[in-house]
Amino acid sequence: MRTLEPWVGPPLEHFLAESEARVVLLMTSAGQVVAQHGFTRSLDVMAAAALGAGIVASTTEVARLMDQRGFGALVHQGSEQGMLLSGFDTPRGRWVGLVVFGSETSVGLVQLFWDELVRELVAVAPPETTQAPVLAENFERELNASLHALFGR
Amino acid sequence: MSRYETELGRISAVRGVRGAMLVSMADGLVVAESLMDGVDGRAVAALAASLAGRLARTTAEAGLEAPRVLHLHAERGNLLAVPAAAAELLVVAVTQADANLGLARLEMLDVAQGLG
Repeated sequence: MRTLEPWVGPPLEHFLAESEARVVLLMTSAGQVVAQHGFTRSLDVMAAAALGAGIVASTTEVARLMDQRGFGALVHQGSEQGMLLSGFDTPRGRWVGLVVFGSETSVGLVQLFWDELVRELVAVAPPETTQAPVLAENFERELNASLHALFGR
Repeated sequence: MSRYETELGRISAVRGVRGAMLVSMADGLVVAESLMDGVDGRAVAALAASLAGRLARTTAEAGLEAPRVLHLHAERGNLLAVPAAAAELLVVAVTQADANLGLARLEMLDVAQGLG
């Protein structure tokens, strides 16, 4: 498991241990990755983050058309693996989670501990601080630092 | 009231039973429920299905038949679960410590058989 924000680590570790999920991706609603577990290739993370954030944005818009505040979670159940995709509000803005799970667990268990993870993240999240703008000369360094934190390289 | 809810009502009517549920074994999701306030049906369903699945695997590995009744005895109550194999459902009941467990088990087995 790798995280950009250290305070995300303990709740996410707890979720992984309890839910037995295979893959987890936490990202901002813009698709910026905050934490990941189970991915080995950075390209897969970037694609999953972009697609996941896009799906949540689309379903949120569908909900708005239906006069709903939003859908809590979207679950796709396959024959061997399932996926849960959920958007949630934190003191750091709106985040999106993507969880892939197999037959060693169940969608009920994953949803149960997902809700617990969201509550824990909301409780421990430090308030959003105004970040300095990323300047061109710092961009590559910051990008490399993020990639190192998420993939160890 | 659905047929399932009527069946669960028989279990809930037993003295000391705080609630009964039908749970999808594979998903751990609630199919039908008859619960008192204060019982988190979603959590009980997910955890009971996980427990039942693990115990079924354990008994299979040990060369035993699948469990007919699971009884989790806790300090302040009990969790009972009866698999209804053909329907891939689990009949679950949460009881107080002083519940009539014998009658609750009988009703649960009867409901499970009816689902089979």
